[in-house]
Amino acid sequence: MSIHTSTVAELSTALARGDHSSRELTEAFLQRIQGQGVALNALVTVTAEQALAAADAADRARADGEAGPLTGVPMVHKDIFCTRGVRTSCGSRMLDNFISPYNAHVVDRLSAAGMVCLGKANMDEFAMGSSNETSFYGPVKNPWDTDAVPGGSSGGSAAAVAGGLAPAATGTDTGGSIRQPAALCGITGLKPTYGRVSRYGMIAFASSLDQAGPMARTAEDCALLLEAMAGFDMRDSTCVEREVPRYSQHLATDLNGLTIGLPKEYFGEGLDPTVASAIDAAVTEYRKLGAEFREISLANTHLAVPAYYVIAPAECSSNLSRFDGVRFGHRCDAPKDLEDLYKRSRGEGFGDEVQRRIMVGTYALSAGYYDAYYLKAQQVRRLIRDDFLSAFEDVDLILGPTSPTAAFNIGERSDDPVSMYLSDIYTIAVNLAGLPGISVPAGFAGGRPVGLQLIGNYFDEARLLGAAHAYQQVTDWHTRVPEAFA
Amino acid sequence: MSLDKDDVRQIAHLARLAVDDQRLPEHASNLSAILEFVEAMDAVDTAAVEPLAHPLEMRQRLRPDQVSEENQRELFQSVAPAVEGGLYLVPRVIE
Repeated sequence: MSIHTSTVAELSTALARGDHSSRELTEAFLQRIQGQGVALNALVTVTAEQALAAADAADRARADGEAGPLTGVPMVHKDIFCTRGVRTSCGSRMLDNFISPYNAHVVDRLSAAGMVCLGKANMDEFAMGSSNETSFYGPVKNPWDTDAVPGGSSGGSAAAVAGGLAPAATGTDTGGSIRQPAALCGITGLKPTYGRVSRYGMIAFASSLDQAGPMARTAEDCALLLEAMAGFDMRDSTCVEREVPRYSQHLATDLNGLTIGLPKEYFGEGLDPTVASAIDAAVTEYRKLGAEFREISLANTHLAVPAYYVIAPAECSSNLSRFDGVRFGHRCDAPKDLEDLYKRSRGEGFGDEVQRRIMVGTYALSAGYYDAYYLKAQQVRRLIRDDFLSAFEDVDLILGPTSPTAAFNIGERSDDPVSMYLSDIYTIAVNLAGLPGISVPAGFAGGRPVGLQLIGNYFDEARLLGAAHAYQQVTDWHTRVPEAFA
Repeated sequence: MSLDKDDVRQIAHLARLAVDDQRLPEHASNLSAILEFVEAMDAVDTAAVEPLAHPLEMRQRLRPDQVSEENQRELFQSVAPAVEGGLYLVPRVIE
């Protein structure tokens, strides 16, 4: 067993058997990060010293008989999660100098579970992007082909797992930011139901859409991680007070009689034919496992990206108003008055895409335009949500591609915002509705990974993970590793 | 909706963003393309549809009105660009 291609579950077993200490695993991954990993630009901060201390603490806890399944297993956090005493940049010049004074809820939970944080993963600036090209720290490379983007915005997290720099990572998903990079990098990524995981300490982009989730090699690993991440937190007013199932104990799922919907809108124009055949092959596998398929319609799918690009920028323009150069973050030199301080600090601190979205949101919320844009988008949001609700009256899960194409090349779409936005055409509606979704490796197109997306009903993560796990028992796409990072 | 340079200048002012004059045409063209794209929503009649602000349509949770945070002013001000005597410093506002 090679450490860097192992799953979280395998490493957990190896630790429990005493085959490796957490220190050995941590040193092995740090070596990967500082060796082959450098070329990927997947991490923006490496916390070697803290990681080794946490590993030693995990080894001591194990010696004392206090180890859980995740104790001593290394991971990385997307740099959107606040980490006390460690720079939390959110991929932005604005927060390049920001040392967080507190931990995100998710960071505390995974640390309490004994996980060892190796560092912070690169990301699109403030999670706004689908390619990781908007990061202040430069683009992340896809381990399958370093000319290709890893997807975004959790591109550093996805590339770190696919490149064997960490067995697992946290991500956040506002419009596809966990599922799309998971698909493009050939790993498994779960976006939970809105409210399942606390957003406390997760730097806000669009608060009615943002949700944290796990990224790893397998559905089983995502189950282990979600179990530790999820749970009620007073400090997030939208966090749901609801028991967290033991997802990892309910993975074995009999798919006989399971009804899966195939939305015809997800298989139309714009879908790459090679991606389509990989998804068709996955449908065949699911049929063999006993699932039944039914064609469904999510009739307002074509309005999801337009509605999102009003709602997300509107929320972002409001959320990002806190970055004013006064209390933390970047401040311009020698401001001549308060307005100059605000304007230049923000103009210098934010990159192009972030400024674009702030301006779109500001415009959409401004007097005279509110009804035409923001209110309209919220009405469309209900139509999109209702499409899912009526689909789930007939089916248990919905299946389709995660992304219309495999990874595109770095630079290919960066000059055309609208064409970039369309990368998320199959993922965005899920956020508007607040539903859970998972992306699972399902083949290749032109040597680059293809992701299969499963969408579940509210709080039905257990069934989603079970269905993904069943597929991973009969396929081996999730075990493939890129040659250059084998 | 097609925006011109003056529109962008006004939006940037509202958003408190310093935008280089030379880049105004580029911003105008990108923002116009985005607005044109989102206007696809106009094709559907939503007159009778209640807006959805939040996916779970939750009510705001209330808690007892008690102090739950301790004062961490020094810690929080340690990441501020300029503080003095516990206050955040900004350029003079009142002459």
